[in-house]
Amino acid sequence: MAIYGVALLSACMFIGVWIGSTLGYALGLPSDVGGVGFAMVVLMLASEYADKKGWMTDAANSGIKFWSAMYIPIVVAMAMNQNVVAAIKGGPCAILAGIGAVVVMFALVRPLAAMVKPSEDWEG
Amino acid sequence: MELINIAQKILISNGLVMAFIFVGVVMWLCYKFSDIVLKGRIHGSAIAIAVGLALAYIGGEITGGKKGLADVAMFGGVGVMGGSMLRDYAIISTAFGAKLSEIKKAGLAGILALFIGIILAYVVGAVVSYAFGYTSAEEMATIGGGAATFIVGPVTGAALGVGSDIVAMSIAAGVVKSILVMIVTPLVAPLVGLNNPQTAIVYGGLMGTTSGTAAGLAATDPRLVPYGAVVATFYTGFGCLLVPSVLYFATKAIMG
Repeated sequence: MAIYGVALLSACMFIGVWIGSTLGYALGLPSDVGGVGFAMVVLMLASEYADKKGWMTDAANSGIKFWSAMYIPIVVAMAMNQNVVAAIKGGPCAILAGIGAVVVMFALVRPLAAMVKPSEDWEG
Repeated sequence: MELINIAQKILISNGLVMAFIFVGVVMWLCYKFSDIVLKGRIHGSAIAIAVGLALAYIGGEITGGKKGLADVAMFGGVGVMGGSMLRDYAIISTAFGAKLSEIKKAGLAGILALFIGIILAYVVGAVVSYAFGYTSAEEMATIGGGAATFIVGPVTGAALGVGSDIVAMSIAAGVVKSILVMIVTPLVAPLVGLNNPQTAIVYGGLMGTTSGTAAGLAATDPRLVPYGAVVATFYTGFGCLLVPSVLYFATKAIMG
């Protein structure tokens, strides 16, 4: 059933955010540290394990794939919620700080990525 | 008039579901525009994100609120659909089918990118702040934090006790960064070699803004999303850790 996949995905989110929040708490931070990242790793491990055990039916998979397919529409909705007015009215100092940070980072993508050999057969 | 009132009530009381119609229509129009007018030169999702940001601007101007279009009552559901809960849920779901082995391969470069990304964004923000006459270590640290993400800025500002105008500026800097990453990523992806998981991991670590990288990669190649996002989601946490402490003290030491 699709709900099995949805439930697995939700459980991964809970576990991941719980790890991230506990880590944040341990470090004395007001935010969580990598909760979503941990959740993603948990999902990769859990789905690999469940797949080996033969628990992941097509129906269960479809519960996760649906949300994955809804990712772009959700990101578009997210764009609609941004405080664009504040960004534009933040004045030249804020705008330059933001632009500067982005320009420097893009310049660094290539040199840093050169540290690792990219995979060619990662698709599929 | 009554018909319109009835329609409006339905739209408001079923916000999330009605947002699906609205976002669906907007995306359909944007994908058609991309196909027919631009012959696919700019991907439909990149256009949809840009249109979303434009609508957010209009919503913000009309209502004076902070949540863009979602502050308009009729489009309140867009706020739920694009809010942090469903955003995080959908980001996590993209990890399904991603390979842990690909992430391990670039793990070290990703962690390095994370720290370089936070420190350099901070330095850029602090230098710009200084150039505009905000020269106290506290102000520089807050705006530097904002150049990291729009969460690190206010967290730093609160910790160091700077004025609310500086905090607002740091949030604005973070939002500018996040919006720019959304728009610029698909355009510069070919130039920086952003077409494989390892580069996406480095990119996620450097940029750090979850919303920016999430949208930027979606418009570039959705298959790269999990690799960029898995690293980027650590950025804000580490930023909140490093900026008000180590980086602030370093700035204070330099500024005297």
